[in-house]
Amino acid sequence: MSFEIFFQNLLNALQWGSFYALIALGYTMVYGVLLLINFAHGDIFMVGAYIGFFFATLLMGKYAGFSTGLPPAVIFGLTVLVTMVLTAGVGVAIERIAYRPLRRKGASRLYVVITALMCGLILENGNLALLGASRRNFPELLPNTVHNIAGVTFSNVKILVIVTTILVFILLETIVRKTKLGMAMRAISYDRMAVPLMGIPVDTVIVFTFILGSSMAALAGVLFATAYPVLEPYMGALVGWKAFIAAVLGGIGEIRGAFVGGFLLGFVEIFVAALFPSTLRDLIAFSILLVFLSIKPTGIFGIARATKI
Amino acid sequence: MRKVAIFTMLVFLSAFAVAPMAWSADTIKVGFNIPLTGDIPKVGECSKYAAEIRIAEINGAGGLKVGDKTYKLQFIYEDNESKAESATSTALKLITQDQVLAIIGPQSSKQAIPAGEVCNASKTPMISPWSTNPKTTENRPYVFRACFLDPFQGPVVAKFASEEFQAKKAAVLYDIASDYPKGLAEFFKEAFEKMNGPGSVVAFETFTTKDKDFSAQLTKITKSGADVLFTPQYYDEVPLIVKQARELGWNKPILGSDSWGSAELMNLCGDGCKGYYFSTHYAAAGAKGATKDFIDKYTKKYNYVPDDVAALTWDAINLLCEAIKNTGGLTGNIDKDRDAVKDKLTQIKDFDGITGKMTFSPGGNPTKCAVIVKISDKGEFEFFKSVCP
Repeated sequence: MSFEIFFQNLLNALQWGSFYALIALGYTMVYGVLLLINFAHGDIFMVGAYIGFFFATLLMGKYAGFSTGLPPAVIFGLTVLVTMVLTAGVGVAIERIAYRPLRRKGASRLYVVITALMCGLILENGNLALLGASRRNFPELLPNTVHNIAGVTFSNVKILVIVTTILVFILLETIVRKTKLGMAMRAISYDRMAVPLMGIPVDTVIVFTFILGSSMAALAGVLFATAYPVLEPYMGALVGWKAFIAAVLGGIGEIRGAFVGGFLLGFVEIFVAALFPSTLRDLIAFSILLVFLSIKPTGIFGIARATKI
Repeated sequence: MRKVAIFTMLVFLSAFAVAPMAWSADTIKVGFNIPLTGDIPKVGECSKYAAEIRIAEINGAGGLKVGDKTYKLQFIYEDNESKAESATSTALKLITQDQVLAIIGPQSSKQAIPAGEVCNASKTPMISPWSTNPKTTENRPYVFRACFLDPFQGPVVAKFASEEFQAKKAAVLYDIASDYPKGLAEFFKEAFEKMNGPGSVVAFETFTTKDKDFSAQLTKITKSGADVLFTPQYYDEVPLIVKQARELGWNKPILGSDSWGSAELMNLCGDGCKGYYFSTHYAAAGAKGATKDFIDKYTKKYNYVPDDVAALTWDAINLLCEAIKNTGGLTGNIDKDRDAVKDKLTQIKDFDGITGKMTFSPGGNPTKCAVIVKISDKGEFEFFKSVCP
């Protein structure tokens, strides 16, 4: 493999890993706070992509007699913001409707995980029933210039995705390490019994966690739709599963873990496809991960805990 | 007196019983086994409309001249409800009750495969205009088709790539988990390497269904020095492949197969797919000669542009007429006539159809030319050229 191809694949892997990282984040934060694997998260990512699609096309004036005439880059910025807000709403609504009542009744976490799986299926099939199986094309909002430096090509979108992911990482690390809410989140994951006794509003912290996780999924959704502009109701399922694997790989419950795990999975997938026949990609990629996990079952940054689901 | 009456009746009855062997002197009956209702009624409608135009023309000109006798045509349209089981009962009805000389249809392979079995067992020639599955005609001497087979497009695109772009090296990207792209990719590779020497397919890359990111494969393809990229994928994957290929610096031609030919492709792909090519049965935009005549006649009468089913049905009717003419005269014994038509169908050479030139062999499948369509700057599927294997 020449340097040129190596660097090209490095960039490919960074972009692909970015999506895993952004989605894995939601899994890992909810797990950190609730010890709940939120299997609906991949589908929240899908919902984010669809909300982004409808908002962007609305601003572009695709629907009856309403056009803002804004430049596409501004539309993109607005779409990202609005989608993050609305999708955060969806995440919080799911928490309110599905998870909180169960938590109040003191149901075992197994039931909550099953509920999460069902929520994901409801989102997928609800979308299918509402919008039909036909694919949608996310509009091209950003100028897609292709740059070429010493044989390595990359587009604006690729750079945007990678830079955004790194910024998100810095932002979240700051929130979790430096703010009171972040401290409360860490406290809950450290000792969930003692925290309410200290007068920390657990529900507020949980809602905040869902807001953060879902809005990152929405960000991933819009960026994903910009990079891979064909939307379908099941787009979140496979990516969601793999992002969950990335979260476990990094050590679930750890924000650093989600990022490192996401990028690692991206690297393994891209480089296996680059070096071996691509048919073997998932086989080799997941065998590597299996071996890795059997050596270090708690993931890269994980700490052993007594109970995990 | 009574005895005479009974005797006459018996004579009539026996004549009736024997009647299936003989038939009305100057009409030729052709059955249509088509989906007028069910999942794909549009397919049935297009077939019927094409047939209506053709029969009006032939009968309007006096009829079909076979040997020294002129026959009127009679088309019997039967609905198979787009179901496999109805297709077999419809075929049986047409063969035994209506006593047709030959059957055209069913259109989709789902119905054409079981109906083909019935027709073959009853020794009645059947031409499926649209069924591309190899099983339809396999080991069935009485079953024919007017379209090419799935694997056939591979060699056609390979030839087009070599001739049009002087491609010496090619790359392929396909879904290994799906039969249709896999078959096509392999046939393309075989044909291209036969033309340009072993190893001329410099990148033969795969992915699996539902993959969205092809960057690793496309990086290999871009750096492999290939002159063309062939990707026999469906309309929902093509936009992703095309976009990522461009972002990785691919600026050479991309070729596809008839799975590209969906109206959805342009909705999903936008400007990305313009200027690329794919092989298919027929192209309405930019058609010339007889094809254009047919499109004009059809559009004038029914107010929409006919699709490939209509065009292939048209060709199937003409093929059948050609075979009937070539028998040089019908005997009036339907079994013998059916056999004669079957024999003549297998001998058809260089038949000028509106979907390309066809030559038949005893396998029941035509050797025909495919149409290469270019996606124009307006986003239309435009006739580019016809390529023969």
